[in-house]
Amino acid sequence: MASQDIIARSATTTPMPSVRQMDDVAKLIDVSKCIGCKACQVACSEWNELRDEVGHNHGVYDNPMDLTAESWTVMRFTEYESDAGNLEWLIRKDGCMHCAEPGCLAACPSPGAIVKYANGIVDFNQDKCIGCGYCITGCPFNIPRISQKDHKAYKCSLCSDRVSVGLEPACVKTCPTGAIVFGSKEDMKEHAAERIVDLKSRGFENAGLYDPQGVGGTHVMYVLHHADRPSLYAGLPDDPGISPMVSLWKGVTKPLALLGMGLVALFGFFHYVRVGPNRVEEDEAPQGDATVHKVDPSVREFDPKSPS
Amino acid sequence: MNKDIERYTPSERSNHWAVAILFFLAGLSGLALFHPSLFWLSNFFGGGPWTRILHPFLGVAMFIFFIWLAMRFAHHNRWEKADGQWLKQWKDVVNNREDKLPEVGRYNAGQKILFWVLLLCMLVLLATGVVIWRQYFSHLFGIELIRISALLHAFAAWVLICSIIVHIYAGIWIKGSISAMLHGWVSRAWARKHHGAWYKEVSKEEGGKH
Repeated sequence: MASQDIIARSATTTPMPSVRQMDDVAKLIDVSKCIGCKACQVACSEWNELRDEVGHNHGVYDNPMDLTAESWTVMRFTEYESDAGNLEWLIRKDGCMHCAEPGCLAACPSPGAIVKYANGIVDFNQDKCIGCGYCITGCPFNIPRISQKDHKAYKCSLCSDRVSVGLEPACVKTCPTGAIVFGSKEDMKEHAAERIVDLKSRGFENAGLYDPQGVGGTHVMYVLHHADRPSLYAGLPDDPGISPMVSLWKGVTKPLALLGMGLVALFGFFHYVRVGPNRVEEDEAPQGDATVHKVDPSVREFDPKSPS
Repeated sequence: MNKDIERYTPSERSNHWAVAILFFLAGLSGLALFHPSLFWLSNFFGGGPWTRILHPFLGVAMFIFFIWLAMRFAHHNRWEKADGQWLKQWKDVVNNREDKLPEVGRYNAGQKILFWVLLLCMLVLLATGVVIWRQYFSHLFGIELIRISALLHAFAAWVLICSIIVHIYAGIWIKGSISAMLHGWVSRAWARKHHGAWYKEVSKEEGGKH
């Protein structure tokens, strides 16, 4: 990925290069085709050379139980019983959604630790990461994880290294059922539309595409059988957006706060110039203490009240 | 300036300057993370990761020394009737017309308000700081609490820094107060002019030593 392709950069106040036009890419995850085999998890750790610790069986299919600095994608299994009494496996591949308006990037205090490329991929630059965890605070999807080994934040990179040389992400390449596909965002929407028609014809009248506009759309999208209730899928947010707390914390308040501090200091300066310092006139009569101390031993003090 | 009255003991002075130094260190490292335009301040602390590591420890140290200082000075900062009147005449205050103001005790109303604002800010900073201290504590808290804490932490820090700017300026403005905190002593004239009621108290205690 060339440097002119970085169109957004954390903790940066000046415009980013925007001369070159690139098409948005997207990964489309069709939940209705997923069989929960976890081949994508394996492919991810293979390609990215990640080896998470072997965990424990918690009595569910989820393994590992959560995203970690070394597991950038996990399958989340939900047993859902429909109104008709049918049991449905809802298996969602969880990972970074690559938001068009990334909360992590908005919150990050370190210049260039998080970048967004012209094709829509949001990437962490661990070399510049300081380990504060603000990206976690900013993310509407609870994705980034801080490693306890090096205190750097990690997440799915949408295989930006593969995509930049014309390959699809590792999880896409390995998926045995074609539940994960990759291409331009337009093509993926088209593909999703076909899938949604098919699902509707099979009785899922609420099937739809998950491309939440609260974060400006995402470059990882889902086809859901129950698009009206995303939260069924292991708590996928119904209407994600950057939290108002984060916007307030990282938005226009920051420059205003700096301005405020500067104004307080300026007020002081001009008060000093106009009103001036407050000095004490030390011209009062000394109390008790003589202003001149006689140190010449030949000079004797004489007190007429008590002549010695 | 005559060395007439000891306003601050060596322990009080040391305590005050320990807080001041830690405030500067915690403040500069915090400002580095506060706004991108100030990220360069992280160079004073050994770069971004070191800034992130050191900032909370500096903050906790500042809090501990501040609480110690607050316990020394709290009883001098109780609000009294005359303080309200003093505040009402703020125009006389900022125009150096002390003769028109009600007699001030050890601290004036402005100093008292500053004291309680600082204490409040410090408490908020400590509580919210623990919540957003990712390395040790954040995993114990929910995301909503972390978000509101990050916001409140920044806000309390901002109020604190603005208050300290006022505090430093007052020291520059009122001649004799910086040396009071540096060397401990003030002259009788200084005490009479700025803290008349306190001066009377001190004189009584001296009980005609002179």
